[in-house]
Amino acid sequence: MKSLDRKLFRHLWHLRGQVLAIAAVIMGGVATMVMSLSTYDSLVTTRDRFYGEYRFAEVFASLKRAPEPVAERLAAIPGVERLETRVKAGVKLEVEGFSDPITGQLLSLPDVGEAQLNRLHLKRGRTVQPWSTDEVVLSDTFADAHGFQPGDHLAAIINGKRKQLTVVGVAVSPEYVYQIAPGAMFPDFKRYGVLWMGRSALAAAYDMDGAFNHVSLTLARDAREQDVIDRVDAVLATYGGTGAYGRPDQFSNRFLSEELKQLQTMATVFPAIFLGVAAFLLNVVLSRLIALQREQIAILKAFGYSYAAIGAHYVKLVLLMTVLGVVAGVALGTWFGQGLSHVYTETTFRFPYLDYQLRPGVALIAFVVSAIAAVSGTLLSVVRAVRLPPAEGMRQEMPAVYRVTLFERIGLQRWFAAPTRMILRHIERRPLKSLLTVLGIACACGLMMVGNYQKGAIDFMVDVQFRQASREDLSLAFIEPTSSRALHELAALPGVDYVEGFRNVPAILRFGQYHHRGAIFGIQPEGQLHRSLDSSLQPVGVPPGGVVLTDHLATEILHVKPGDLLTVEVLEGSRPVRQVPVLGITKQYLGVSAYMQQDSLNALMREGGTVSGAYLAVQPGKETELYARLHERPRVLGLVANKAAIQSFYATIGEFILFYNLVATVLAGAIGFGVVYNSARISLSERGRELASLRVLGFTRGEIAYILLGELALLTLAAIPVGFVVGVGLVGILVVAFQSELYRLPLILTPQNYAMGASVVIVSALLSGLLLWHRLGRLDLVAVLKTRE
Amino acid sequence: MMNRMPTDHAQANAIFVAHGLTKIYRMGEVEVHALRGIDLTLYRGELVVLLGPSGSGKSTLLNILGGLDAPTGGEVRYLDHILTGASEADLTRFRREHVGFVFQFYNLIPSLTARENVAAVTEISTSPMRPEDALALVGLGNRLDHFPAQLSGGEQQRVAIARAVAKNPAVLLCDEPTGALDSATGVVVLEVLEKINRELGTLTVLITHNAGIADMADRVIRLSDGQIAEIHANAVKKRASELSW
Ligand SMILES: Nc1ncnc2c1ncn2[C@@H]1O[C@H](COP(=O)(O)OP(=O)(O)OP(=O)(O)O)[C@@H](O)[C@H]1O
Ligand SMILES: [Mg+2]
Repeated sequence: MKSLDRKLFRHLWHLRGQVLAIAAVIMGGVATMVMSLSTYDSLVTTRDRFYGEYRFAEVFASLKRAPEPVAERLAAIPGVERLETRVKAGVKLEVEGFSDPITGQLLSLPDVGEAQLNRLHLKRGRTVQPWSTDEVVLSDTFADAHGFQPGDHLAAIINGKRKQLTVVGVAVSPEYVYQIAPGAMFPDFKRYGVLWMGRSALAAAYDMDGAFNHVSLTLARDAREQDVIDRVDAVLATYGGTGAYGRPDQFSNRFLSEELKQLQTMATVFPAIFLGVAAFLLNVVLSRLIALQREQIAILKAFGYSYAAIGAHYVKLVLLMTVLGVVAGVALGTWFGQGLSHVYTETTFRFPYLDYQLRPGVALIAFVVSAIAAVSGTLLSVVRAVRLPPAEGMRQEMPAVYRVTLFERIGLQRWFAAPTRMILRHIERRPLKSLLTVLGIACACGLMMVGNYQKGAIDFMVDVQFRQASREDLSLAFIEPTSSRALHELAALPGVDYVEGFRNVPAILRFGQYHHRGAIFGIQPEGQLHRSLDSSLQPVGVPPGGVVLTDHLATEILHVKPGDLLTVEVLEGSRPVRQVPVLGITKQYLGVSAYMQQDSLNALMREGGTVSGAYLAVQPGKETELYARLHERPRVLGLVANKAAIQSFYATIGEFILFYNLVATVLAGAIGFGVVYNSARISLSERGRELASLRVLGFTRGEIAYILLGELALLTLAAIPVGFVVGVGLVGILVVAFQSELYRLPLILTPQNYAMGASVVIVSALLSGLLLWHRLGRLDLVAVLKTRE
Repeated sequence: MMNRMPTDHAQANAIFVAHGLTKIYRMGEVEVHALRGIDLTLYRGELVVLLGPSGSGKSTLLNILGGLDAPTGGEVRYLDHILTGASEADLTRFRREHVGFVFQFYNLIPSLTARENVAAVTEISTSPMRPEDALALVGLGNRLDHFPAQLSGGEQQRVAIARAVAKNPAVLLCDEPTGALDSATGVVVLEVLEKINRELGTLTVLITHNAGIADMADRVIRLSDGQIAEIHANAVKKRASELSW
């Protein structure tokens, strides 16, 4: 076997260009898989560790106000392990030099000692001193967005009273890994922040002395969560409790889980597509490569090498290439994975640290999948070659049988000179091979489209959401539900063009075993600013007397259809429970919502014309002045400016998309080039003798290049439209796989997507063409005459 | 019988003139001297057979004459062009316009019919024959539209000859054109070469291992170890049909 092994390495060296190209294909598939899975694993591990180490609570409840001794009754509930009460206040914030409205969430820290639950991880500075009156710790997102350092100052409007605060620390909390203002679509780190301050100071400012309005607890090992929730609700009913809930309904955790679910899908679907395509390409390329070895295989067999020995020889050859690709893919994937994890934790989720994880199993799976694809492609060809009797394999090969092509049979031949006929006949003689080549190149095109698809889809979603559905410039929330007369005052403010009130009732929607904790929005039936859209994205009115659900909420979460009766458990006021018919289903890409007419919702709540807030259209240029006026109004709490929200969304997610696009482009590009170059190189091997003969006869390099590259060009051009179809199909898979509560991607492909898909193929083809051009210059004319094949 | 020995008159008819041709293949430490100083003149219209043991440098010499390979030393002149040191593009043009090649393994383009194989060359030359005429010349006027796969080895070789002569080359270089053929088929191919040499006056150089074939030549050049061992003019040329081996 020694000389056979020497042949192996010499062959590998001889094929080095192709070996690299094949390794690039494997690398592309493996890197995608390693990147996605390792990022997912890392985030899950990091989350679990963070939750554990910082004692993230398991059950949470908000209430209006309860005296502190009630806490003892709660703590006595069986199944409660550790319990902590807090004061939690929605506030408006003022930051020097920043005129946009900022809302915040202020939470109490124990006056002495460390918190029992939901502990803070301090990134800078220190925690508040015992009994301090003005010290706060800021969430790191907010602090970073404004460049706050310990020692800086800001002001908060707490309960209508302005209070000067001193920053002493910057922290991360397991409760706020994902930070988003209530009612907002996207995180906006500049305009929403979480702050912690001493309990007595906050209670004094918020009229909560000796009382609490929030409680969180952990469960004993064998406790049943629902039992504890029911008992907590029973205790808090008289104190204005809005219903206890577990981690799955905790805001930050719910978003984190959805995002992780999304990532998990991505970590399965993307690599499955990439690795699947790479495997297919590998199989095609290798079986052609080995088919070229027909004669050598016959000779080895004639020498008396066994089938197994010959098979093993080629399997070794191919496995070496595979190992090269897998190692490169794992390395690149790890690098990308670390980058992606960091982008995640910079832009979306805040963890105190990142546990980067690459399970050996991931690399192993990548290797096994690649190896199976490679070895099966190889063995197929080896078996085909081995089956041939050696004499036949070695005998001077009769020229392949060609036919006059269809083109020529229908009378077009006079248009084609001999070289063009050679191209056409070559393609038509091996239709399967040509088809596989086209398919392979098309896959590369499709991959590129998948990789670049998200940006266009997100643009589209944002456009639908903000230019067609939520067209308000500003939405504001009152501290408490208010008579709709308040709208007139808002309309009279300078700069306000138009006001549309809305009622927002927090509620649990139930249907059979399914439930959703959210809110019902009462909007105007003929609303100008806030509208719901039908499946063709046209605004539709909400009919009276029932609820209209967005598609994902209706079909995927609650499993209801129009005509069903929904149970609505209101989490506000006297917490009534009502039956409401589902009247329709509307289209929404971002988030999920339930809509009613405001009047119907008021009727459901047995209240007169009441609003929770208002949507405003604001005259351009008047925003700052209006913000200042609204800021002064004590009853106005939350403010969300859509334009700023969109900008911040793009600022944060932009980096993520950019990173992802870059990675996908690099990988799809590597795969694309690998395929095109290999197809071209194998063509050259298959036809090198023919081309060299033509050179001997006096054909120029340009003329034989036309024959070889003409075929490549023709197949490439044919592959582009096929690639578009593949791309649309792959994106379709992605769209279905990526549905989540956070968003549903629309099946939208922009001209840029198509252009990117086509360019990877064209650039790869041009580059391959250039490399082949150099090779054609080095064709050994004399050698061709000496050897038979 | 014409005397083809060099004379002053013949000197004017010289097509190839080679002086001190050497060819050294370097393979790492080892040097192979394929040609060790060849001086040779080939004339218009003659049929030359190159004989010699395997490895004596026949193919090397032929390839250098045909502009496929460059000598390590010495000079080759074709009419008034100096081939040695010519650019790749010039050599391509030289082959395209003046040289016809016939190879041991035919080297036809499998995807083109007999007619098209010939046409592939005539399309790029300046004053070619019609492909049909070239094929008629080799006796394949009735197999015009057959692909190589549908032809026997001898027929394929005759297509290759038709392809080589169709552009009316001044020189026809044949490296063991009958090497892959049985003797009867080989004779048919040689008859074609002889006919072309006679009717078109094409300088024909023919490599063979077969001393019998030497009888149809005007001159026989014997190579040995990269040098010309002997040049022998046949007093009587045999007809190809009279040969057998
Ligand atoms: N590419 C090459 N590299 C190294 N040596 C070579 C190469 N081509 C030819 N040779 C050597 O040059 C010498 C002459 O070779 P050439 O092919 O001219 O012989 P030949 O007379 O045609 O032999 P044959 O009758 O066997 O075809 C031989 O010793 C051969 O080994
Ligand atoms: Mg030879």
